[in-house]
Amino acid sequence: MSEVATTYEAGAHSALQHHFENMEQQREAGTLGMWVFLVTEIMFFGALFLAYTIYRYQYPAAFASASNHLDIRLGAINTAVLIVSSFTMAMAVYSTQVGKQRNTIICLILTMILGATFLGIKAIEYHDKYRDHLIPGQLIPGHPFNPAVAKPGDTDEHKLHLVEGATVHNVELFYWIYFAMTGLHALHMIIGLGIMIVLTIMAWRGRFGPEYHAPVEISGLYWHFVDIIWIFLFPLLYLLGRHLEGRIG
Amino acid sequence: MSEHIVQPRIYIVIFLALMLGTGLTVVAAFHDFPGPLNAVVALTIAVIKATLVVLYFMHVRYSSRLIWLVIGSALFWLAIMFALTISDYWTRTWLPPL
Amino acid sequence: MEEFTIPKPPRTNYLNAEYGLKSWLLTKDHKRIALLYLGAISFFFFIGSLYAMAIRLELLSPQGDLVQSSTYNKMFTQHGIIMVFFFLIPSIPATLGNFLIPMMIGAKDLAFPRINLLSWYIYMLGGIVTIYALLAGGVDTGWTFYVPYSTTFSNSYVIATGLGIFINGFSSILTGLNFIVTIHTMRAPGMTWYRLPLFVWAHYATSLIMILGTPVIAITVLLVALERLAHIGIFDPAAGGDPVLFQHLFWFYSHPAVYIMVLPGMGVISELIANFSRKNIFGYKFVAFSSLAIAVFGFLVWGHHLFVASQSVYAGMIFSFLSFAVAIPSAIKVFNWTATLYKGSISYDTPMLYALGFIGLFTIGGMTGLFLAALAVDVHLSDTYFVVAHFHYIMVGGTLLAYLGGLHYWWPKISGRMYPEGWGRFSALVVFVGFNLTFSPQFILGYMGMPRRYHTYPADMVSWQVLHVLSTAGASILGVGLLIPLFYLIWSMRYGRIAEANPWNLPGLEWQTASPPPTENFLITPVVTQEAYEFAPPEHKEVVGKFERQQRTEI
Repeated sequence: MSEVATTYEAGAHSALQHHFENMEQQREAGTLGMWVFLVTEIMFFGALFLAYTIYRYQYPAAFASASNHLDIRLGAINTAVLIVSSFTMAMAVYSTQVGKQRNTIICLILTMILGATFLGIKAIEYHDKYRDHLIPGQLIPGHPFNPAVAKPGDTDEHKLHLVEGATVHNVELFYWIYFAMTGLHALHMIIGLGIMIVLTIMAWRGRFGPEYHAPVEISGLYWHFVDIIWIFLFPLLYLLGRHLEGRIG
Repeated sequence: MSEHIVQPRIYIVIFLALMLGTGLTVVAAFHDFPGPLNAVVALTIAVIKATLVVLYFMHVRYSSRLIWLVIGSALFWLAIMFALTISDYWTRTWLPPL
Repeated sequence: MEEFTIPKPPRTNYLNAEYGLKSWLLTKDHKRIALLYLGAISFFFFIGSLYAMAIRLELLSPQGDLVQSSTYNKMFTQHGIIMVFFFLIPSIPATLGNFLIPMMIGAKDLAFPRINLLSWYIYMLGGIVTIYALLAGGVDTGWTFYVPYSTTFSNSYVIATGLGIFINGFSSILTGLNFIVTIHTMRAPGMTWYRLPLFVWAHYATSLIMILGTPVIAITVLLVALERLAHIGIFDPAAGGDPVLFQHLFWFYSHPAVYIMVLPGMGVISELIANFSRKNIFGYKFVAFSSLAIAVFGFLVWGHHLFVASQSVYAGMIFSFLSFAVAIPSAIKVFNWTATLYKGSISYDTPMLYALGFIGLFTIGGMTGLFLAALAVDVHLSDTYFVVAHFHYIMVGGTLLAYLGGLHYWWPKISGRMYPEGWGRFSALVVFVGFNLTFSPQFILGYMGMPRRYHTYPADMVSWQVLHVLSTAGASILGVGLLIPLFYLIWSMRYGRIAEANPWNLPGLEWQTASPPPTENFLITPVVTQEAYEFAPPEHKEVVGKFERQQRTEI
């Protein structure tokens, strides 16, 4: 095999894979690969957004009532948390680009803390739904969908306040969409946290610098994408019926 | 090919814009706009926020046209899925029942 | 052809570079992964064929006497699922595509070799889960697992099968992702887009469909499983859900999926037609862009599966029109292939026989699709054997023939051996005859009203039984024709004539390296200076390919 020409010349970066000619090609391929993967994620979530659109179009009152029952403060806090985490992630990428290893690690850890905060708040919200018997179908065996409906004049927050024209039946439809979409989103967050852990360990070992930081950049793309999904989920799930709160039936 | 390094102050500006957008959308949600405008307002703000994240945090503003094409294609395909499916639901009631 | 010194074949090639199970199961070499896929896909094809034989045997007689109807439901469901998801969708891309794309663009491997291996493991996991579901009791919903039967009323292993399909989808996505990135970023110097073989263009278009469509069916399967598990009522009208929404989501992927199945086949045919006519493909850019057009248009027509499903008539009209439009790029390809044959120097080797068979059978299959695209006609033909015949003409007469043709054409490159030509031609003819005998009676049956997915038919319809008997006879012949290559291809790996680097004497880049190739494909990174399919030097190209007589110059 001595005639085989290799690109593994002396001085080639240790992270260069054997089938690439140079680091630039490897970085380009990695970035394009992550974007193509994000396209699949867009279609993945897109199908759920489509289901949401169709059913909201058909049952606007039920959707508004159900949406109003979600905790807007927790939702807004979560939105802010994710935006800050996107900022820290972008700063992590910047830190590797300028070779600041310590800042990289700090930013990655901050991103993880914020991501975990998001998941924690989500867990609180899920628990609230469980407590109010809003988990659809038989997802939790023995704890079916059975919310208490508020009568006119009752201001109990744990009860479902129905807007004119809404039925409890169709409210269940909203809740499966809510759980499907936020659940899928949370799953992607958890995977993102796993990726962050790996990146932090690699950064701790000094693997990243101005000449090689593609994994951080590519993971950043994934993280920002998860943020973008939430940017759309928040208004669609939490805000759509707020302007009707004065007209509760 | 040199890689474009985005300065932190740009990230800070975008971050503030995103927080502002979030506040704005919450406030606007409680305001009763005529007709379907509530949804339009909310989605417009969401699209602007997402665009800022894509362009600056995800560096697409400084990326190749190929990446622009990839993103554009994804949005186009999403639009196909929505438009043609909704064309069914929207027009189902046009014909009077026999 | 320009002078090119082919280096002496190294004694070490990708097959004997390393020995042992671990070297295969942990390989990063796209060629070995292609062979791993070849073995797995052949296995699933065999299983799917067994179900096909069971179906055909049952339909020999009008009574439901071989199996009960519930069992028959499982037979056709499992035939469909295995053939669609575990054979047709991965067949050409995962075997021939994986093997050839890096070689055709002059690269050492795909962009992400480990993801390539992962895609095979995911495929195997999906396959194992599905086989478990089959052995545990099977699934009887039809491969289209429509709601509410699949979510509420079926007592079969819907969730397990769905899980297998869900997992398998990721294999498809990763393959497509790998191809797109590879083709964009790893072409050799001089390999511009318009010099790419049409096989590569076809796989690029296929990868676009894989990327954009597969996630939607993944979600759809997930929702069906969720509804079955948790009784949520997503598609249940009693809860406000819409079963037709399921059909929209299902067919948004599953229609483009049929283009995933046929586009790579078309890519193979472009290679076979041009190379076995020893002539540049007629209208290269048209053929290249028609692949992309099929990928785009293929996403716009899914509603033609919902014509009789209470979809709005207006949406139906739009989909009908678009379904007619999607035939245009396919027709462009057929015309260009035919024009390529004209005044070509045609040799009727086995791959060419399969290619010629493809053109004829795909044309019939495609045109019968147009019958189904017409709204009013579809009302009568929907869910009859006409539909069954239509899609088998394309998937078997099209994709399977292309797969076999490609396998034979590139067999010397893959294995370093030639297959026995006489047996190759013989089995190609047997396949062609058997196939037509199996499926052409089904057009007539469908036209006469025989519904699909029924295992009985009226005993007084004698003509129906005659047609069914012909069809089953054809299936047996087809089965024999498909078994013969299995034997001689395996035989050739040990006893076949040793093939030189370029046994067909062709200009493609993959033929400019040894057969079998070394692990890194090319000893020296190639620099491409020729156009694709350049059989004659440029100054002589006017002589071939034009319709009017030209002064022939001495070559």
